[in-house]
Amino acid sequence: MSTDATIPNFEKSALEFKSTSFSVPVLVIFSAELKQVELQLKEKISKAPDFFKNSPILIDLQFCNTSENEIDTAQLIHCLQDNALFPVGVSGGNDKQNAQAIDLHIPTRTIRTTSSAISTHKPAVEEKSIEEEATPAEPTPPSVENKLISHPIRSGQRIYAKGDLIILSHVSAGAEVMAEGNIHIYGALRGRALAGVQGNTESRIFCSDLQAELVSIAGNYQVSEDLDKAEHCQPTQIYLQEQTLIIKKL
Amino acid sequence: MARIIVVTSGKGGVGKTTTSAAIAMGLAKKGHKTAVIDFDVGLRNLDLIMGCERRVVYDFVNVINGEATLRQALIKDKRCSQLYILPASQTRDKDALTQEGVGKVLEELSKEFKYIICDSPAGIERGANLAMYFADDAFVVTNPEVSSVRDSDRMLGILASKSRRAEEGKEAINEYLLLTRYAPKRVKLGEMLSVEDVQDILSLHLLGVIPESESVLNASNSGTPVILDEESNAGQAYLDVVARYLGEDKPHRFIEEEKKGIFGKLFGGK
Repeated sequence: MSTDATIPNFEKSALEFKSTSFSVPVLVIFSAELKQVELQLKEKISKAPDFFKNSPILIDLQFCNTSENEIDTAQLIHCLQDNALFPVGVSGGNDKQNAQAIDLHIPTRTIRTTSSAISTHKPAVEEKSIEEEATPAEPTPPSVENKLISHPIRSGQRIYAKGDLIILSHVSAGAEVMAEGNIHIYGALRGRALAGVQGNTESRIFCSDLQAELVSIAGNYQVSEDLDKAEHCQPTQIYLQEQTLIIKKL
Repeated sequence: MARIIVVTSGKGGVGKTTTSAAIAMGLAKKGHKTAVIDFDVGLRNLDLIMGCERRVVYDFVNVINGEATLRQALIKDKRCSQLYILPASQTRDKDALTQEGVGKVLEELSKEFKYIICDSPAGIERGANLAMYFADDAFVVTNPEVSSVRDSDRMLGILASKSRRAEEGKEAINEYLLLTRYAPKRVKLGEMLSVEDVQDILSLHLLGVIPESESVLNASNSGTPVILDEESNAGQAYLDVVARYLGEDKPHRFIEEEKKGIFGKLFGGK
């Protein structure tokens, strides 16, 4: 498990907490019958003993608990250790199972689940307490940072989007809109529009009225003087084809 | 709580001070206690347009520096008891204005006045920025020509990003368009941008169109806000603007060329 805390620098720091992620094989348990689990585990290991030897393993219990029966985590952990595996964590267990794991110094993680097997198993109040105990969930992957703007972009303003940029109004002459992704303008483009500013040659510019001062995709630009009169004041899309800007009516 | 209105444009010579004087007088005439502040430190003009230049003792910068009280610096208008003028200093420059000082003066005025009109200098430097920083409403004065429209657009961008309301994440400033020096005849000939052309670029709420009129120059020279010349087109247009700002529903006038009757054709019109 990870944490973001950093230790303040007293003279020279001897250690540091870092947040990092690495992959660990997960053992998903489908049956609460320990005998059956152990038998099948041995069978699997025998097929590739070197592969499993001393391997860290995360135990996933979310599918094995039924209303009548639940697996004993302590016994399961011992069983894995006997088979030369190193359990490093328990995921999806209930209160009792987590407590057993903690006793054996194995960290736990609770998964929020709607599966009836678990939610019907315990009253809601109990589940809440588990959540509080739970170690922080893994960070979600950063979402693409698109930007939506519904007011006019005035002369002298600069807008930058890390993803796509969508403008529901016009872009005035003397304004500059930039995006690492695509640019969509549902209004007149009279200023400058630069798409794919970090070099994404696949990005495009779309606008419903092209009167731009300058358009650019991944650094390939054209100024208004070079723009074809045929597309002037037309709804257009602009894209890159073999290093050439293509301006096409929509 | 007072409503702070900035009259701004970016470009110079489009009619900011004329508009500030007219709007301030119009609001005061409607019975609202109004103050109008000249932010054009170093190029003081508002007092001339308001016809009070010979009564200036203390000015805005004196108040900011604590050399005079607001009461000493405010000049009461002789024509309308609800209107007060805070003139700019002619001997200083815009660096004499501080955000803190301006904020203090506006706060003090807010206690007593219903409307505070800030007459912005041209440009987008300190004076203009401070004039618009505390505003609740902005009157963007634009002439129907490309450079003025471009500058207004730039000013709108600044209003949206650098005002106190923007910095504190409050509701944005209400922006209104005032198209001044409009000549329908020249629009028809294609020599001037039309109301639609300007609206297409700025997409703003149109508060009024002020026609090009000789009466504006006459009014300036005589130190009378043009709104007091109720005979003139410009004066009437400003009356409409004030009424619309206060929520009255008035149809727009002076956008189309006036059709002259037989007498108008014979004797010519104003």
